[in-house]
Amino acid sequence: MIQMSEFFTQSWPWWFSGLIISSIMFLLLFFGQSFGFSSNLRTICAAAGAGKTVGFFNFNWKSQMWNIVFLTGAIMGGFISGTVLKNDNPVEISEATKQDLAELGFSEPKGMQPEELFSLESAFGLKSFILLALGGLMVGFGSRYAGGCTSGHAISGLSDLQWPSLIAVIGFFAGGLIMTHLLFPIIF
Amino acid sequence: MKLIKFLIAGIIFGIVMAKSEAISWFRIQEMFRFQAFHMYGIIGVAVVLGVIGVYLIKKFKLRDISGNPIVFYPKDKSIIRYLIGGSIFGMGWALSGACPGPMVVNIGYGYLSMVIVFAFAVVGTYLYGVIRNHLPH
Repeated sequence: MIQMSEFFTQSWPWWFSGLIISSIMFLLLFFGQSFGFSSNLRTICAAAGAGKTVGFFNFNWKSQMWNIVFLTGAIMGGFISGTVLKNDNPVEISEATKQDLAELGFSEPKGMQPEELFSLESAFGLKSFILLALGGLMVGFGSRYAGGCTSGHAISGLSDLQWPSLIAVIGFFAGGLIMTHLLFPIIF
Repeated sequence: MKLIKFLIAGIIFGIVMAKSEAISWFRIQEMFRFQAFHMYGIIGVAVVLGVIGVYLIKKFKLRDISGNPIVFYPKDKSIIRYLIGGSIFGMGWALSGACPGPMVVNIGYGYLSMVIVFAFAVVGTYLYGVIRNHLPH
């Protein structure tokens, strides 16, 4: 039993995570739906009434209720992980990453996220707030422009060997590499 | 309740994303710096198993729980929208350290500042809806 409870509180290995994520994709297919998380952003706009003025949001958003329920579950899953299943060890990233980030002014991980951006104190400072807002803006805009995010393209689309998804994933990485290697040294 | 199964699927998704540290900004940085296999392992295993499973679903013409055939819709043919849209997404992913799923998992985990990121992701999607007719697709 001690080993079992240790398994649940320590961090989980990549292969287990990959296995469960693909299982979720199949589960949703067997439930008659498909795995794509960023569609929820469009549904939220539609539910808030954006369809009255913008045609793109004028669709039967109630048919997407299952995905909003899935989103609600994801928040609850996060809550369970942050409470009963929590371990107090910081995220175990490589030394090389810690060094690179130290050069940019980030301290060693104390939890999942860097304090410099995500502690409430930092997040409502002008610089961090702008960066978090900009990051969110680009994710929301880019995922809809590309027709999907990591779940819709990298997992669902690649599993179906769709060329558009491969192009989108190449785009995800191109953007991520530009941000990390070219823009981070300017921003931080 | 027909929807309860989606709630349970979402809970499992949230737990596994958090417990495997895929919701961590640090892990995304490590990935874009090619300094660990962790994130590649997660996505790689999911895709390899996904390819095998989707192949089997098509080969055996499997049906969903309502008895309808499971169908896969080909995405629109284009290069520009996937490349530009994808790159904008990727820049936001690296900056905020989270794609849409992990954003909400983080909120549940206790990182309330992710509400800012998620709220602006909704705004970003709205902006796309407003100007989409002026963008190359």
